[in-house]
Amino acid sequence: MSDKRVPCPPNFPEMSEDKQESGIKTPPGVTRRSFLGRLGAAGIAATAAPLLAPADAQTSPAHETETGPLGAVPVTLKINGQEHSLQLEPRVTLLDALRENLQLPGTKKGCDHGQCGACTVHVNGRRVNSCLTFAIMHQGDEITTIEGLAKNGELHPVQAAFLEHDGFQCGYCTSGQIMSAAALLKEPCGQDDDSVRECMSGNICRCGAYTNIVAAVQSARRAA
Amino acid sequence: MQAFQFSKATTVDAAIGEGAPTGVKFVAGGTTLVDLMKLNVERPTTVIDINSLPLDKIEPTSEGGLKIGAMVRNSDLAHDPAVQQHYTVLSQALLSGASPQLRNMATTGGNLLQRTRCYYFRDTAYPCNKRKPGSGCSAIDGFHRIHAILGTSEHCIATNPSDMAVAMMALEATVHIKGAKGDRAVPLSEFYLVPGSTPERENVLAPGELITHVTLPKLPESARSYYLKRRDRASYEFALASAAVVATTQGNRLRHLRVALGGVGTKPWRSMEAEHALTGREATEKNFHAAAEAALRGAKPLHDNAFKVELAKRTLVRALKVVTQPA
Repeated sequence: MSDKRVPCPPNFPEMSEDKQESGIKTPPGVTRRSFLGRLGAAGIAATAAPLLAPADAQTSPAHETETGPLGAVPVTLKINGQEHSLQLEPRVTLLDALRENLQLPGTKKGCDHGQCGACTVHVNGRRVNSCLTFAIMHQGDEITTIEGLAKNGELHPVQAAFLEHDGFQCGYCTSGQIMSAAALLKEPCGQDDDSVRECMSGNICRCGAYTNIVAAVQSARRAA
Repeated sequence: MQAFQFSKATTVDAAIGEGAPTGVKFVAGGTTLVDLMKLNVERPTTVIDINSLPLDKIEPTSEGGLKIGAMVRNSDLAHDPAVQQHYTVLSQALLSGASPQLRNMATTGGNLLQRTRCYYFRDTAYPCNKRKPGSGCSAIDGFHRIHAILGTSEHCIATNPSDMAVAMMALEATVHIKGAKGDRAVPLSEFYLVPGSTPERENVLAPGELITHVTLPKLPESARSYYLKRRDRASYEFALASAAVVATTQGNRLRHLRVALGGVGTKPWRSMEAEHALTGREATEKNFHAAAEAALRGAKPLHDNAFKVELAKRTLVRALKVVTQPA
């Protein structure tokens, strides 16, 4: 098991999101995500503009500046070994910076309040909830997301184990589950399944794929 | 979330200097503050990042106790060999709280200051005396199953959610604070305030003051300790009732005994009543029940949280049984 090499499937782990056969034809060079995003914005503008306009005006940046001299500041983040120079407002969470500014949507936004674990990333090798920390607090930190877990075209053992044990259904919590489990391999945690359940309790799966998730985690721990 | 100005403090003195004005908040792990900022419950105009402060060590004290830096993460404290060996109750309490991710973020100082989970405090659509003094308490006449039964007032019944602080209460911890006027050491038993008519004041910290570390005294050699937490699910949930017990027995008699309750108080609840009822007495089930009765005698349950009185008693009795079991 330990020396079993599993090649990355194309676009893993984003395969369920951008490249899945959905019946929607996207123009060449356009991902399903960006295409749907534009479609959605256009649709909303056409149908709901009168309803949304007042709310939009209330939350516009121009309005917010009335509370103080605020705005974006330079922030440098090291994600998956690569440095990125960004202009971010201090209130941008690490999660939002990854998804909205760095086009790394593998890290998911579930509850956005530290209760579901979908946003789990590694900061300096430790798993954290990226929704409960500001990006600007992580200059100089080594941040790893699901996009950086596979190395040299080979899946991380936890990714391979999730595929082998079918450790997901809808897949939305999966990147957080995998990031959590990958960190768990280096943490103190008992050998039995109950210990794994406790150590993985910060990651909620609404589909209830827990049985296979525990099997995948245990398989990866044995292989590690 | 309201926009704010951000700065990073690299020394304790700089943090204290910048932290005093109204609207300034320190951020450490962020697990409470960022959460509440998203809800507009916390609306700081300036946030000072204190994660670079050199307060992340766990060290023995010259008196044989332990000094825990305010920036020590909950996971590191829980797994520290000295804590696991000599302050078992603290490790157990920490590991019973939150999730591994949150424990990797949350700090010792931040955990002491975490805010209540009262639904009405967290929802700005409702009046709340803690969030907006004088606006009224929505919980007293609302749904209050998770709310406190000890230390409440007609103005607030919000429960303190910490597990760590309950264990530290039973360990007689001291909070070390630095401010513009100098250093001070406050026993944890005097650190928290009951709501009374000012539920917005939860502790004795003055604006700009910073918790630098917590010290734990050396326990008697034969002391044993235990944390028992009861909740709606087996993991990743706040306590409905919990008990932290530190005990030394001689023969079958309890000598050194410290008892604190969680999930039932407006602050981590040290029960001197239970300690007085049991100290010097035999470790019997009958005496444990008497101590539990004493601990909950002052409880003021409401409609939805009345079950907590019995739950807290049984939790304490069970914890006392476990901690006095012959090795």
